[in-house]
Amino acid sequence: MLIFEHSRPGRRNYSQSPKAAEATDIPEKLLRKTLPLLPEVSEMDAVRHYTRLSQKNFSIDTHFYPLGSCTMKYNPRACNSLAMLPQFLARHPRSPESTGQGFLACMYELQEILKDVTGMAGVSLTPMAGAQGELIGIAMIRAYHESRGDNARTEIIVPDAAHGTNPATAVMCGYKVVEIATDKEGNVDMAALKAAVGPKTAGLMLTNPSTLGVFEENVAEMSRIVHQAGGLLYYDGANLNAILGKVKPGDMGFDVIHINLHKTFSTPHGGGGPGSAPVGVAPRLLPFMPVPIVAFENGTYRWQTEKDIPQSIGRLSAHMGNAGVLLRAYVYVRLLGAEGMHRVAEFAALNANYLMAELQKAGFEIAYPNRRASHEFIVTLKDLKEKTGVTAMNLAKRLLDKGYHAPTTYFPLLVPECLLIEPAETESKETLDAFVTAMKEILEETHTQPDLVKSAPHTTPVRRLDDVKAARELDLAWKAPTRNISVTRTETLTAIPSVSVA
Amino acid sequence: MSIPNDLKYTKSHEWVRLEDDGTATIGITQHAQELLGDMVFVETPAVGRQLKQGDECAVVESVKAAADVYAPITGEVTSANPELASAPEKINQDAYAAWLFRLKPANTADLEKLLDSAGYQKLLESEDH
Repeated sequence: MLIFEHSRPGRRNYSQSPKAAEATDIPEKLLRKTLPLLPEVSEMDAVRHYTRLSQKNFSIDTHFYPLGSCTMKYNPRACNSLAMLPQFLARHPRSPESTGQGFLACMYELQEILKDVTGMAGVSLTPMAGAQGELIGIAMIRAYHESRGDNARTEIIVPDAAHGTNPATAVMCGYKVVEIATDKEGNVDMAALKAAVGPKTAGLMLTNPSTLGVFEENVAEMSRIVHQAGGLLYYDGANLNAILGKVKPGDMGFDVIHINLHKTFSTPHGGGGPGSAPVGVAPRLLPFMPVPIVAFENGTYRWQTEKDIPQSIGRLSAHMGNAGVLLRAYVYVRLLGAEGMHRVAEFAALNANYLMAELQKAGFEIAYPNRRASHEFIVTLKDLKEKTGVTAMNLAKRLLDKGYHAPTTYFPLLVPECLLIEPAETESKETLDAFVTAMKEILEETHTQPDLVKSAPHTTPVRRLDDVKAARELDLAWKAPTRNISVTRTETLTAIPSVSVA
Repeated sequence: MSIPNDLKYTKSHEWVRLEDDGTATIGITQHAQELLGDMVFVETPAVGRQLKQGDECAVVESVKAAADVYAPITGEVTSANPELASAPEKINQDAYAAWLFRLKPANTADLEKLLDSAGYQKLLESEDH
């Protein structure tokens, strides 16, 4: 039920009712003539409504979910409390540099740490989401080629295992996408890469480890082939969690990288934002970086703008990206330190490989059984579906009954009936074992009571949704029953009558 | 799985039928619709568009994924199936009846280079492993 549906005319939440405002100098013609359609509820109605909603949340704070860093890792509370210091919260983005040296120092150090951990020559913190980081990465590749008058490069190569945002990014930057295949062991097909590369190649977009949960074994050779043809290499940071502090994308030969702070660096996000995706570049792309960037000169921090970086591809946000998210990531990297950073990758890989081995023992089919998992791995239910009719979606829904969020289903598209499982480094062995037990129980049920699995979930607040109908008949906006409250000259918005307390 | 004998096929899972009037009708195969699952949206090419073999020319979107449809042969689009906009599920009901678009082939001989039903059957078996 929506809060609007609790609404009754005249019901008020007294403590939060609008107070009579001071007279404004807004011209009469700009003042609204009707009241906004806001729900009219009591304080208790509002409290109960939102508390109930929060109880329906399935979140990392309440449950294990095997979406891992792909969705969001555990957010250490220290990151939040430090980023919420009043000096940060009250800072105005346009306040003079001299009064914001502390904030600028944090941003500068975050730039330096990200440079170090990725092996890049420069970092810009401004992109406000992963897709924006990607867009800017490819835009810089384009700016680089154009600055050299190398205008014949019209193609971006993307492996078929890539996230859908990669080809979308290439197209948004005016490139044609050339898709290349994956071989049987989950690596990019080198013959396909060699055939695709040529004088038209502007660059290659690669996620490493790939979405198949394996490390590209030929990445050095791939880098050599693309560079030899005059193209640049773009690193999609989606799976950086698997190699954090162990291998640097710069050392693999990448020219540009985006880093999802909201994944690898544990910042909170949900409901579509706010993300944060700094871009890192190799020396040849430094002149094109998006502004602002924080510089440290003569003991003082300052913003670098278009004046300092005249070939910059420009700005992505009015100020410094999602500053609050950047601060949380800064605290996170400082908590880990250089000696803690690599343990993220080690435990993420250990947990994934443990879970993969245990699920294989339990009878699940692993999509790439000859490969060591990165921080995630793929189970395929293709054979199980043929034998029992139970699909990956059915199993995913049944997991909800067992108190687990479902892992990613039906992605990557290359693997039929797949579950992409990423436990992340923060989960204990006990949690992983409990998850394996739940998976075993469901596997047992697919043979003994397949209908129970096929009709799951049974214990959630809503049962199985009609996702076909939901996609075909999108219904996102609540429509108010016709109601027209006009505001007369005497009854202005600043004087909404308060409830008379008899 | 049904793979009609009177159609031609592509490696990217389109089917083609040469009509009596010389146009070619194009759709996606039963195998393709099974992989994609319940269709929610179909985008067909504009009539009059010149397609080269291999061009991305239509989009089929299901609850699981969106997939590009590639032009099996070179030619000019002469019509698109008007039913699919409001009833994309027709592809799930009968993939060989729910055609996407028709085109006038630039060269009818191009059709001969496509897979026949036996060749497509073989392709599916090889993809299975």
